[in-house]
Amino acid sequence: MQTKSRPFRRGAVAAPAPKPLLDRIPLRLRQIGIAYLFLLPALAVMGTFQFYPMAHGFYLSLFDYSPLDPDTTFVGLANFRRLLEDSAFYLSLMNSFLYLLVVPAIIACSLGLAVLVEPNIPFVHFFRACYYIPVVTMMVVVALIWRFIFDTDRGLINQVLVSLNILSEGIPWLTSEAIALFTVMTVTLWKGLGYYMVLFIVGLKAIPNTLLEAARIDGAQPWQILLYIKVPLLLPTIALVSVLSSIAALQVFDEIFIMTGGRVGTSTLVFMIYETGIHDASMRMGYASAVGVVLFGIVLSFTIVLWKFLEWLTAKVY
Amino acid sequence: MNVVTTGEKRRKVFGLTLRYVVMVALLALFVGPFLWLFSMAIRPMGADVYELTLLVENPTFENFADVWQIYGFARAFLNSVLAVFFIIILNIYICSLAAYPLARINFPGKQIVFIAILATLMIPFQIYMIPLFILMRDLHLIDTLTAVVLPFSVGAFGIFLLRQYYMTIPKDLEEAARIDGAGEFNIWWLVMFPLTKPAVAAMAIFVFVAQWSNFLWPLVVLDSREKWTLPIAIEFLSGGMVERTQYVAAGSVIAVFPVIILFFFLQRYFLGELTLGAVKE
Repeated sequence: MQTKSRPFRRGAVAAPAPKPLLDRIPLRLRQIGIAYLFLLPALAVMGTFQFYPMAHGFYLSLFDYSPLDPDTTFVGLANFRRLLEDSAFYLSLMNSFLYLLVVPAIIACSLGLAVLVEPNIPFVHFFRACYYIPVVTMMVVVALIWRFIFDTDRGLINQVLVSLNILSEGIPWLTSEAIALFTVMTVTLWKGLGYYMVLFIVGLKAIPNTLLEAARIDGAQPWQILLYIKVPLLLPTIALVSVLSSIAALQVFDEIFIMTGGRVGTSTLVFMIYETGIHDASMRMGYASAVGVVLFGIVLSFTIVLWKFLEWLTAKVY
Repeated sequence: MNVVTTGEKRRKVFGLTLRYVVMVALLALFVGPFLWLFSMAIRPMGADVYELTLLVENPTFENFADVWQIYGFARAFLNSVLAVFFIIILNIYICSLAAYPLARINFPGKQIVFIAILATLMIPFQIYMIPLFILMRDLHLIDTLTAVVLPFSVGAFGIFLLRQYYMTIPKDLEEAARIDGAGEFNIWWLVMFPLTKPAVAAMAIFVFVAQWSNFLWPLVVLDSREKWTLPIAIEFLSGGMVERTQYVAAGSVIAVFPVIILFFFLQRYFLGELTLGAVKE
């Protein structure tokens, strides 16, 4: 097809093609448009599936709402007042805080592991990879394996303890109210160690060799170097690990669901949200959302306080 | 310069030996449970599944076949693959698109947008899980794989990771493409995006591991057997009326061992030069 706008003229210099409309907009303005166009899919998805539900959760916490009940009534803060009288809530709240005990354990163990496999000696990559396997394994399976191992009658641990005559009968690892939560915590610890180990290896590798050499020449023992040089220099990593692992600890669900089903007093806040909002026949979603709001408050304040504290500590040491 | 006394040398050898002894001992703690799981999975039905041995008498692979065919693990495996595939594809495109302007274009509102995105890192999914369930119900997506995919099709962590990578690409490349008359979209798609391959691969792998394992959300949103993903199928087997431990173990092996094997091939993305080597010269 012949284009009518630019008829061929012999001898004439070809006129420059008319700029497409887009090109007439100044580059700067065009770039702003492009920037938001590029961000649009992400903002749309996050807005729909994160920010909107988040806001809706706050809103819902003020209602007595259940999908099974046609009338939804505004109850103000009644859900929160009811929480204060709910013994199940106190138990879950306490357990969620108790679960934070894994944080110091994670820091100590993963730092130890990192110190062990930090030097580049033969096969060290293989060992690091092996310690990392639980990290890439789904928690459902990890929890099942350990449920088998912690089984009261036939589990590996009790079988060994009984056959070695250390115990006359097995410990009820997952069925005793006194220890079940702690048993589950060891599984959370075990699964996460490899991940935090890598963060600590990165931190350890960043310590300048000259510092360590100087300490060695001054006659410092390895444990002194670790305690007085490496650990203080690792404070930023320790801060990162404690924030990451405490947020993860407050979110714990899979291992509790699989290992105890929330029985024997092992319910946590997340477990309670699932139980009251989804699993329970009455599906009290308004009430469950109130628990969600409480959890949000805890996660937020915990992160901020912990971060500020460690920032202060780091500033003090350097 | 290196004056090493024999005592010092002996202490060094001793220290190194001790290090290896501890490393090997820890292998039992970290790898042992997986061998134990595998040994359970290959025990014939009727054998004592908790017997204290890794050397199984009359090992059988029938449990895998049974779980795969009779207990719907073929379907669950397919569902998991499908869900994770679409989540990864969407993450690659949506996160890359968002990361690019955040790294390379100055525009009003950039700080606010970036902070809003990062803020989602602090908000655990479990907190808005209930309203998300209501949203999916209103969209008529309950009991579909779409509902499993959509909420995880973009992540602040991925955007952050890619943004850091985009910032390292020299400005001249972009300028050259612009002088050549490339449009803004083509500059991204043809010039910039291919350069971010290592970061995109790293993100895809992390998304894969996280989503292959995702349990709570599919548990909330999926009902029917044909829609189940692997974690849900395994949980169902383990919570059944008659617990057949061999089947639970076999299903777990099917879900987990491919990932572990893949991990050994891709381990540099988890603990290789990308994370460990870049820090120290």
